Amino acid sequence: MSIEKKEFKPKIVAFCCNWCSYAGADLAGSSRLSYPADVKIIRVPCSCRVNPMFILRAFEKGADGVIMCGCHPGDCHYSTGNYYARRRMTLLFSMLDYIGVENGRTRVEWVSAAEGVKFSDTMNSFVEKIYSLGENVRLGDLRCRS
Amino acid sequence: MQRIGVFVCHCGSNIAATVDVAKVAEMALMEPGVVHAEDYQYMCSEAGQAKIADAIHEKKLSGIVVCSCSPRMHEATFRKAAERAGLNPYMVEIANIREHCSWIHKDMEEATKKAVILMRAAVAKVNLNTPLKPGESRVTKRALIIGGGIAGIQTALDIADAGYEVDIVEKTPSIGGRMSQLDKTFPTLDCSACILTPKMVEASAHEKINIYTYSEVEKVSGFVGDFTVDIRKKARSVDMDKCTGCGVCQEKCPSKKAPSEFNRGLNTRSAIYTPFAQAIPNVPVIDREACIKFKTGKCGICSKVCQAGAIDYEQKDEIITEKYGAIVVATGFDTINLDKYDEYAYSQSKDVITSLELERVMNAAGPTHGHLERLSDGKAPKEMVFIQCVGSRCSDDRGKPYCSKICCMYTAKHAMLIRDKYPDVNVTVFYIDVRTPGKNFDEFYRRAVEQYGVNYIKGQVGKVIPQPNGKLLVQGSDLLDNKQILKEADMVVLATAIEPNPDVRKIATMLTASIDTNNFLTEAHAKLRPVESPTAGIFLSGVCQGPKDIPETVAQAGAAAVKAIGLLAKDKLMTNPCTAHSDELLCNGCSTCENVCPYGAITYEDKEVNDHGIREVRRLAVVNSALCQGCGACTVACPSGAMDLQGFSNRQIIAEVDAICR
Amino acid sequence: MGAKKKQAEMIEEISGVNPLKCMKCGKCSATCPSYNEMDIKPHQFVSYVINEDVESLVNSKSLWKCLSCFACVERCPRDVKPGKLIDAARQMVVRKREQNYLTPDEIPELLDPELPQQLLVSAFRRYRR
Repeated sequence: MSIEKKEFKPKIVAFCCNWCSYAGADLAGSSRLSYPADVKIIRVPCSCRVNPMFILRAFEKGADGVIMCGCHPGDCHYSTGNYYARRRMTLLFSMLDYIGVENGRTRVEWVSAAEGVKFSDTMNSFVEKIYSLGENVRLGDLRCRS
Repeated sequence: MQRIGVFVCHCGSNIAATVDVAKVAEMALMEPGVVHAEDYQYMCSEAGQAKIADAIHEKKLSGIVVCSCSPRMHEATFRKAAERAGLNPYMVEIANIREHCSWIHKDMEEATKKAVILMRAAVAKVNLNTPLKPGESRVTKRALIIGGGIAGIQTALDIADAGYEVDIVEKTPSIGGRMSQLDKTFPTLDCSACILTPKMVEASAHEKINIYTYSEVEKVSGFVGDFTVDIRKKARSVDMDKCTGCGVCQEKCPSKKAPSEFNRGLNTRSAIYTPFAQAIPNVPVIDREACIKFKTGKCGICSKVCQAGAIDYEQKDEIITEKYGAIVVATGFDTINLDKYDEYAYSQSKDVITSLELERVMNAAGPTHGHLERLSDGKAPKEMVFIQCVGSRCSDDRGKPYCSKICCMYTAKHAMLIRDKYPDVNVTVFYIDVRTPGKNFDEFYRRAVEQYGVNYIKGQVGKVIPQPNGKLLVQGSDLLDNKQILKEADMVVLATAIEPNPDVRKIATMLTASIDTNNFLTEAHAKLRPVESPTAGIFLSGVCQGPKDIPETVAQAGAAAVKAIGLLAKDKLMTNPCTAHSDELLCNGCSTCENVCPYGAITYEDKEVNDHGIREVRRLAVVNSALCQGCGACTVACPSGAMDLQGFSNRQIIAEVDAICR
Repeated sequence: MGAKKKQAEMIEEISGVNPLKCMKCGKCSATCPSYNEMDIKPHQFVSYVINEDVESLVNSKSLWKCLSCFACVERCPRDVKPGKLIDAARQMVVRKREQNYLTPDEIPELLDPELPQQLLVSAFRRYRR
């Protein structure tokens, strides 16, 4: 183990729905709008596919922030999926906050397929927030700690 | 264990300039299951695809990861390439290292690191992929239209012209719907019957169209492409094949006291009747509630006068079962009940009428033969007051929260027609807003004001008080003058809110089509799929989806027809294999998933299960993969974790999460 | 928070009315029996609250001319209830006189010949059990 302090590189998981936000991320890419490489995107069919367990799992495995993006309310490809997602996440995030995973580490953002700029702006500000919060230690798997 | 091949694309320099592609390929070989990894200039090219095919054969690959551009771009390409090489197309995953990596990062080391992680996530997912097979279902090449108004007729004609069989089911004795009750139509003022009747005739004469009038849909089962529908043909008491439509029975019928539905109860009709002269089919119906023969057993005059011998008192309801590939709902609207709006004195005075009643009054075939007169004493009115937004835009429990959309225009039409035909009649319109978006609509409204001198007052009416002298005292606001107005009127016309036909709730339930709080059918997407129900194979035509005028209804009817034709043109439907499925051993039949499913794809069955040696019958969720669109709402809602989504399973997504957070 | 805003919020709180729901149809003014006696008309009440000009409302003639017949409340299509707004403004005046509540026993003493009867009626309406 090296004694010198390791530079903090956050692990950030972004769940993006296939129809709006994933396409928004693609647009950010094709428009060459940069955001930090710490963000890794997982494609899901709809924001309502994101099981709270996935987010808990991410934090347990050492993620420092989780962001979920979906179609704007009313624009869901499946009509109502993002409404369910919104309610679930409100509940989950308040619970996470309660157990010490600060609200800044979790976020829900609506990004349409046309909002490449919004996607990169969102990711930039989210990553900045995670840097300011530092490493997430609350939900890490204790067995993995040395 | 899978045998996975990883293919890293340079995309010319698009990827290779910022990502060390060789390094990604090298790192891939260290991942579990990966037996082959290579990088190539353009994976999507013929040569690139050939490399994939070769590797599949040589290394006996069971799964593929392509690190390239967005799956939205080339997922289909690579899936097809894999399929051609004999691999299940759903064993291919894409790691998006172009849009999500090389194009947005500048630092090579950082971008390469990220690309490796994205590759790992894709490999982790493929390790858990299972071969999926799209389902197939056949399509019955026949459409059912529920409702025979202008929306239903237009949809039927368009589908039939494309060469498909169409059945129209209409509840009343004739097709024609609300439009047949109208006198003139805005904004051109052409006579409604003149433009509708030819369409009715065309529909009835069309060899591909079969019309069931005086019939209702009783039961619907099945799914897109393969619906089975029971239609109840109510007993008409008249043999449709024998009747010549001569009309003698209606003339001679001694029972003439039943309120005429067609004339909105403003006058009466005989017990044996056709709703109106141009009815199609021109075959009367015996109203068994009003018929003396049915009530007392004595009479039978119609049977005696009918030279064709068409009267059949013994006729019974008949159930017809038919198969359909597509169903179009065109159930239309009615005006709301005004019982809760007592301030407008609708129930107290015969001279307070709804706009639809005024249509009948103005119509030459109506109760007053087209003369504008007070229904209480038959006198010609001198002062007429129109009140807008009666029951529309009301957020209380008396009315409807939405704008009924057509009232501003038909009120302008009525005002204009009255001023044109009876220039000595003063017409006042109380309005909140005049809403006239539409081609030539605002011009039409301005014509009423400027050319015909209709007096528009901004302000709502508070109450209408019937006076002892038979006049109606209208108390309203003039908001622009900041005055309260008291006006004596001879007739008051209420622009009554419209609501979906009350039967639509029952029909929507049968079709598992979703419905909003106002009983309007919900479209699959408010903007992009406005004529389809979220339930596959169900299409929406006309006001059942939301308030509309005639041009919009006809346009939507055509759109619904095209969507239905698009479905009927297929012999078989390939269904998306990425659908939800329920684990029988975990499901407890709680119905949570059914409630969140926007497509009505989940039903419950009592099934025998073998739960670790215990055999018992349980209520279990069953997903109809022909209806499921794979959104995954049910998978998260399921409290017992029984639901999972193929292609995006819990284990697959968690594997991706783990790979990213490793 | 400004005093004006506070007053407006107080009106909204006492009346339980959201003035933003108003669609300016004027049915309240159309239905009001005391319309001609009023300087600020029923349909204008909401804009005084939205514009945080409760002072004018409190000093208006309308405050004492409203019969509390609640016809506007019954007929308002948007559930805005102008009658309740003016009722709340009256409440504020009464409260300024350090009368935050009324009990039936106190009323005989309070009977002021200048106090409009409708105020009592609406006070009863408000405090009925």
